[in-house]
Amino acid sequence: MADKMKKLNFKKFLKGNALTYLMVIVAYVILFVMQTLGLLSNSLSGFLVPICAYVVMAVSLNLTVGIMGELSLGHAGFMSVGAYTGAVCSALLADLIPFAPLRLAIAMVGGGILAGLVSLIVVVPVLRLRGDYLAIVTLAFGEIIRNIMQVIYIGKDANGVHFAMSEGALNMAEGGKMIVRGPMGVVGIQKISTLTMGFILVMITLVVVLNLIRSRQGRAIMAMRDNRIAAESVGISIAKYKIMAFVTSAVLAGAAGALYAMNFSSILSKKFDFNTSILVLVFVVLGGMGNIRGSIIAAAALTILPELLREYADYRMLVYAIVLIVVMLVTNNPKIKPMATKFWEEKIAPKLPKKKAKEGVVNGK
Amino acid sequence: MASKTKLVPTPSIGLIPERDAGKRPILECIGLGITFGGLKAVEDFNLIIGRTEIAGLIGPNGAGKTTVFNLLTKVYQPTHGTILLDGKDTHGMDTAHVNRAGIARTFQNIRLFPSLTVEENVAVGMDTQMKYNMVNGILRLKNFWKEEKMVHERCLELLSIFHMEHLANVKAGSLPYGAQRRLEIVRALATCPSLLLLDEPAAGMNPSETAELMENIRKIRDTFHIAVLLIEHDMNLVMEVCEGICVLNFGRIIAKGTPEDIQANPAVIEAYLGKKKEEA
Repeated sequence: MADKMKKLNFKKFLKGNALTYLMVIVAYVILFVMQTLGLLSNSLSGFLVPICAYVVMAVSLNLTVGIMGELSLGHAGFMSVGAYTGAVCSALLADLIPFAPLRLAIAMVGGGILAGLVSLIVVVPVLRLRGDYLAIVTLAFGEIIRNIMQVIYIGKDANGVHFAMSEGALNMAEGGKMIVRGPMGVVGIQKISTLTMGFILVMITLVVVLNLIRSRQGRAIMAMRDNRIAAESVGISIAKYKIMAFVTSAVLAGAAGALYAMNFSSILSKKFDFNTSILVLVFVVLGGMGNIRGSIIAAAALTILPELLREYADYRMLVYAIVLIVVMLVTNNPKIKPMATKFWEEKIAPKLPKKKAKEGVVNGK
Repeated sequence: MASKTKLVPTPSIGLIPERDAGKRPILECIGLGITFGGLKAVEDFNLIIGRTEIAGLIGPNGAGKTTVFNLLTKVYQPTHGTILLDGKDTHGMDTAHVNRAGIARTFQNIRLFPSLTVEENVAVGMDTQMKYNMVNGILRLKNFWKEEKMVHERCLELLSIFHMEHLANVKAGSLPYGAQRRLEIVRALATCPSLLLLDEPAAGMNPSETAELMENIRKIRDTFHIAVLLIEHDMNLVMEVCEGICVLNFGRIIAKGTPEDIQANPAVIEAYLGKKKEEA
């Protein structure tokens, strides 16, 4: 009985999300094998970690934009906070923890926590503004963060860690090492991000976001999006759930930032500008608002697309734009979806009789 | 102008338990009013509702009926007067607080959560009664399964009042109009209110649906032992189901009493009911 219960729970746990998890796991296994066997070109395997980071970014932004229904244009700001924090964490802990994956994990946790704390500042306007006005504030936030990052100097020497807003004020002792050099960004990062760590972060993000959506908190957040007044009238505390969704989203973006930063030897704050925020928003819109699986596919596809189109260098952005437009048309066309469903039911589903029958038995029990 | 007689529950239908007669009323409005700029939308609104009374709020369009609901649920903060809910002043509460304190409502223009399923709509109503936190939910700990199971069963139970269990997994936005109205009532009930406010529950319903609604309003009152205050233009429903009626015109109460009193009240006939009906 208890065993059966557990089985049922596990089934419910995966309900509707199994395909998403499966997709990510299969993609990881394929890429991992290909990478190990050296089947991936150098430039392509350099994209593996950024893909993971962008998938996490897209999924977490989908929580704000798709699930909560508030347009945020400053998501790259949280990513940069995470990236800087993670890189600094990693640099400071380099001697203490030689085991790279653990150090990276700590860096991601650190990046996530600091991004979460910073997001608490942005939460103030989030609670007061809606729609376009909120978008403007988050956009400004992203730019503010980027500008602050440009004047941060952090160094480490025999006396400990130094922090200043200008290079001269740093007072580094002889033989000290600069970690953050203002407009030059974080320098001398050890490249410790790996596909496996990226995959783990993606899986954690998926568990957090998908389970959050299918819990009472997620229901309340979506209820708020659908009808704020009605949600209030059934006792939902708007502020509580908005903070919950927004901060969760920022924490995940921070962790993604840390992962992203540790894939490069140096990282500039310029990397996390308005364009990056928009890029992530494009992933979300393209994959479908509130559609987590779509976000993953869109993020992965659009990150790798410019690289795959390298041969057609001159027409690269043209093709990119055409792909965007086509996907938008296809996903938003009411006639396409029934067509796809019909195709699935008539051509694909009959070929899977065994699986269907089995499912029926399980449900019958 | 406004009659000062208090609206007292009349156990004439025999459904109100005897023991409720001496109990503290669930809602007391004392001199309630709101002004928008110079306009007095509701003025000097006094009303008392018994613990298990079904009361009606009627009046011509623009009389301020929905404004009264919005005042009771603090969508608007009243500029004058006091609202006592079960003897407790609701001053300073916001909409969500008022709901947790015991007032649930439906809306004149339906406000469901269209992208959620019927069951989820009801489950959102039960959110305040659930205790598991975000970590429990994300890690799917024991509390999560226990409470979600409880909520699932409770949702189906509540939906069964209106025979809607089979619609549990349908998106609320794709329900027909009448079912959406019923779902709103179920969602309001899910919050465990002690006072249910229904804003035109029969709007857009056909006569047989309205008759069923009347039965259900009584059934709700008897099952949950709660008070119901409803706004309705369907006089058959109001006169049939309400034990006490309050008539509003231009933001002021012009009459209060039992359905018989109201039907005979010349001021009400003049302002709202009209004379033709008597001839017909």
